Amino acid sequence: MNATSFRESVFLVAGREVTQRLRSKSFVISTLILFAIVLGSILITGFISRANADSTAPVAGVGAAIAELETLPGVEVVEAATIAEAEQLVRDEEVDAAVVPLDGASADGPVPFEIVALDEAPGGLVGALSIAPDVRLLEEPGLPFGLLYLVAFGFGIVFFLSAVTFGGTIAQSVVEEKQTRVVEILLSSISARALLAGKVVGNSILAFGQIIAIAALAALGLVLTGQDVLVADLGPAVGWFLGFFAIGFVLLAAMYAASASLVSRMEDVGSVLTPVTYLVMIPYFLVIFLFDNALVLTIMSYVPFSAPVGMPMRIFLDQAAWWEPILSLVVLAVSTVIIVMLGARVYQNSLLRTGSRVKLGEALKG
Amino acid sequence: MLQIEGVTKRYGDRAAVDDVNFTVGAGRLTGFVGGNGAGKTTTMRIILGVLGADAGEVRLDGARLTAADRRRFGYMPEERGLYPKMRVHEQLVYLARLRGMRAGDAAERADELIDRLELSERRDDPIEKLSLGNQQRAQIAAALVHAPSVLVLDEPFSGLDPMAVETVLGVLSEFAAQGAPVLFSSHQLDVVERLCDDIVVIGGGRVLAAGSREELREQNAGSRWELTVDGDLGWVRTASGVQVIEFDGDHVVFDADPASAQAVLQRAATSDAVQVFGRRRPTLTEIFREVVK
Repeated sequence: MNATSFRESVFLVAGREVTQRLRSKSFVISTLILFAIVLGSILITGFISRANADSTAPVAGVGAAIAELETLPGVEVVEAATIAEAEQLVRDEEVDAAVVPLDGASADGPVPFEIVALDEAPGGLVGALSIAPDVRLLEEPGLPFGLLYLVAFGFGIVFFLSAVTFGGTIAQSVVEEKQTRVVEILLSSISARALLAGKVVGNSILAFGQIIAIAALAALGLVLTGQDVLVADLGPAVGWFLGFFAIGFVLLAAMYAASASLVSRMEDVGSVLTPVTYLVMIPYFLVIFLFDNALVLTIMSYVPFSAPVGMPMRIFLDQAAWWEPILSLVVLAVSTVIIVMLGARVYQNSLLRTGSRVKLGEALKG
Repeated sequence: MLQIEGVTKRYGDRAAVDDVNFTVGAGRLTGFVGGNGAGKTTTMRIILGVLGADAGEVRLDGARLTAADRRRFGYMPEERGLYPKMRVHEQLVYLARLRGMRAGDAAERADELIDRLELSERRDDPIEKLSLGNQQRAQIAAALVHAPSVLVLDEPFSGLDPMAVETVLGVLSEFAAQGAPVLFSSHQLDVVERLCDDIVVIGGGRVLAAGSREELREQNAGSRWELTVDGDLGWVRTASGVQVIEFDGDHVVFDADPASAQAVLQRAATSDAVQVFGRRRPTLTEIFREVVK
């Protein structure tokens, strides 16, 4: 087969993969649901956090305390004439707390007020009224843990879901051709390599398209909820994530296709895919539970299977030197080439062996 | 002309096909017959390049086959299969394009074949919604859609009702008449006998007999004769050197050496008008039984 017909064949096979997939109702619906979840969760958390920031707590003040209260953010001052009236407001739960001037000897203390609350000390108000010493940080302030967790979770789940969804699609498409025996007609038309390449290209386009759409929706959600700052922070990490994913998915796709080609029936797909599924699940759990462990993250960012998750996370955390993602990308690309070659070999040698499961060793030997 | 030369394929110690030689002439329908496990499917897969041979080669008009040549072959595998969820027309176009046909030509040709194979009403139905017979027709269309340079069909008639067999026979004969070599295997020896120009009999991985239908019948004619006259032939039973196989008043079938047979003919000619005399040529079924034995 010459180069032109190889390209044509790959193009045709990839085209079929894409159109058949887009025609499947279940695929379209599940994709739309996924998009809605991404956008919806960002919009909802954004609005909730903004609502929390905007809300004010009513606090009663008496005498000199009123002026003091008015300087505090997030406090709605309710003026009371006497201490007794302020206490009554607290008892009636009209206000969260009251700030009243101290009398007698206590009035000469460092704080001339006291806070009256019902049955619990209002921590926020105490803090706001306390005199805090100045704080000098020796290093740049880190990002809040919650945000880090969300970002780690985001990279992890998007990688995991896309790999499993589209890897599964490739596997099914390989076994469908074996089970329906159409593969014999295909192999009499085009080479096994062209067939494999077409499948990998077609499904990579779908997976990559979905990831880009998710990234765009996430950015849109953040802008809509006024969290533009976060977009700028996340930008480089997301950019690298896309790059790593584009190559990393090809590697996974080759593994999915090669594994699936070992069996001849849909019922056997699940068991034959188990090892590959673990390979995509492990980085997902590692990044969620150990994203604050610099050593684990560094190792992850160089291992080909976890690099698409690990390296963007390190970039987001500012832990990676400028050359590190490039080096890791080269490692990933080289391993992808090797795995694709091995995968093509297994695929080629297993396609026409129907019946019982083909042993991996035999498939590699040919 | 497709030439199969010394093709051998081994699985471990067992030779699935062993030094197989035959040719499929241009424009000739060649029937490929043999029992189960005789090596038909293996040979066909090797011709198509789906399977590699351990020894020997396949040539087209004297030149060694290339992948580009094979891409223009038409093939219907023994194990049927098309994409269950793709529509008939769409699927034919896809398969034609995989074999290098341009989209427009492929669409046109697919429509022609759908029409010819009486699938018009099913044109845009998914394959899985078709009856088995119609799936088989679609499968035949898939082998023919790209106007192949060589056609190889493994059991094209199995699963077809008699009407469909006639339709497919018509399509295949028409196709062969345009000058392409056509090789097909079949268990239906009567169909092969009626349709084929040439026949290859394979057994145990070896070619047992090959040649044109008439040649084969001639070669395997042996020493069986038949005689029909206007009168009674009872006397043949007692003629010397003759063993009667069938007797029916004015018609007799007997085994004899050529000299004894000529003696019987001469005696018959002196008393009655001879209607038929000749070697009884065996049917394909008889030849098949004989060579496979």
